[in-house]
Amino acid sequence: MALAWSRVVPRAAGAGSPLLLVSGAAAGLLTLLAVVGPWLTPYEADATDVLAASQGPGAQHWLGTDSLGRDILSRALAGARLSFAGPALVVLISAVLGTALALFSAWHGGWVDRACNRLLNVMFAVPGILVAVLSSAVFGAGFWAPVLALGLVYAPYMARVVRSVAVRERHRGYVESLQLAGMSPLRIGLRHLLPNVFPILLAQATYGFGTALADFAAVSFLGLGIQPPEAEWGVMVAEGRSELLDGAVQQSLVAGTLIVVTVVAFNVLGAQLAGGRR
Amino acid sequence: MRRTIGAVSGALATIVAASFVIYAGLSVAPGDPVARILGPRATDEARAAVRAQLGLDDPLLERYWHWLTAALQGDLGRSLTYRQEVAGLLGPRLETTLMLVAMAASLVLVVGVAVGVAGGVARRGRPVVAGLVALGVAVPSFVAANLLIGVFAVQLGWFPTYGAGDGFWDKMWHLTLPAVALSIGYGAYVAQLTSAAVEEESGKEYVETSRGRGIPAGIIVRRHVLRNAALPVLTASGLAVAGLVSGTLIVEQAFGVDGIGALLVQSVSSKDYDVVTAVSLLIVIVFVVMTTMIDVVQVALDPRERAGT
Repeated sequence: MALAWSRVVPRAAGAGSPLLLVSGAAAGLLTLLAVVGPWLTPYEADATDVLAASQGPGAQHWLGTDSLGRDILSRALAGARLSFAGPALVVLISAVLGTALALFSAWHGGWVDRACNRLLNVMFAVPGILVAVLSSAVFGAGFWAPVLALGLVYAPYMARVVRSVAVRERHRGYVESLQLAGMSPLRIGLRHLLPNVFPILLAQATYGFGTALADFAAVSFLGLGIQPPEAEWGVMVAEGRSELLDGAVQQSLVAGTLIVVTVVAFNVLGAQLAGGRR
Repeated sequence: MRRTIGAVSGALATIVAASFVIYAGLSVAPGDPVARILGPRATDEARAAVRAQLGLDDPLLERYWHWLTAALQGDLGRSLTYRQEVAGLLGPRLETTLMLVAMAASLVLVVGVAVGVAGGVARRGRPVVAGLVALGVAVPSFVAANLLIGVFAVQLGWFPTYGAGDGFWDKMWHLTLPAVALSIGYGAYVAQLTSAAVEEESGKEYVETSRGRGIPAGIIVRRHVLRNAALPVLTASGLAVAGLVSGTLIVEQAFGVDGIGALLVQSVSSKDYDVVTAVSLLIVIVFVVMTTMIDVVQVALDPRERAGT
């Protein structure tokens, strides 16, 4: 891990990119918020206060309250954890599946590689949000149905970038030497190929995190992911939707801004990390 | 030609495979259709009769085969919620959804390509376009939906907040904000790829040479750069339009438009699985047909692709 970071960061930072620093700082800060956010809430996230319903920003409630009088800042902070945990697992699942498939197909080459490529092409053709919705139909609405579905749908994107690097590494001399020295393919793959594909995997995972966060929130927005009254940003956008008609924009605005800022931060960071190698 | 046949047969195989996966997946989904039809107080004999009538005790492959042959003849089953043939539910909703997709697609193509060309040609405009694209890609349609409703429907009152409307013009008026929300993400994606393609083409040697010979910039761009950059733009646009179809799931729900996207989401919530199967398969078919068409058109337009096969 430390090795991989030391390889990724200097190269991009050497290009003198303030974008890398800004997006990295923003992504880091938001991730920190997702971890500690639930402990920083000024109010209980699901404590209702009907007398203080639908207030604008003020001294009592910095970002205002929703139609049930819940503190929006508290809900946004508490919801950060679920909003991040979903896409983080999506990225982890897709990275493991995608890397395994890529290393396997790059190692064997020939018809195995071609068959894997065909499979990937078919999987690319599947719209992610549709699979997530169908997954909720089969496994029931909740946290895991969209996470598993999106993890599967995102795997081809991981596999594609990893395979391109893995194929190149596969034909290097050191791999052949290790093979001749009697090292098992699995060990070569894990000990030697994996560290070499790690930088590009990390860049793709960072990029994918932003998209996954938006998709996960979308499923919750549709009512098929995280269920209210649980706080999550997609749920908050959905609840803010009905408050709009009464002219109360604060909940939509806060949750929407958090989603957009997070997606921009991770997208830009991912592109910066990948910069120079694509 | 061989590649075209390959693409078409691949598409058919994908559709059949998708239909089986969807059918098999939903057949193990929770919920008891018999209880939905008969209500909670039915006798065991009545339940057994309905189970037999629906063929629920047959093996999966046999049920799938029954469903497939019926579907090919236009019988997509019955909706438990609407107490109506699924095929009858689809017709009017499909019309609404197609109109929404057509409006969003025009926005994606016109605005996306225009912004992309501007960013690719004008060097000084590049950072502005790059910023717009980064923001556009990152704004999910359901967030954009709330923003548009809040500003243009509630504050300004220019557009309705809800529904799909009746008649052509009323419908178009109702679907304007949904089309804008739907088109932002894919519009930014098309702008990004167009900008990159135009930029790459403008940097080529022949463009420099033409410029050196004093040919006006407008003519170079129109006659050469745009034509050569057209293929990647076409591919991106096709993928974007295909993606719009599944994007209707979210946008129709956000704007209360009763198209097939919203129908699918509601049917998942109400465990109305015949409808879920039919609509999701319909979306997969549209998606696969679109991507196959891109593949085929690409081969037809690009001699290099033709020669390569």
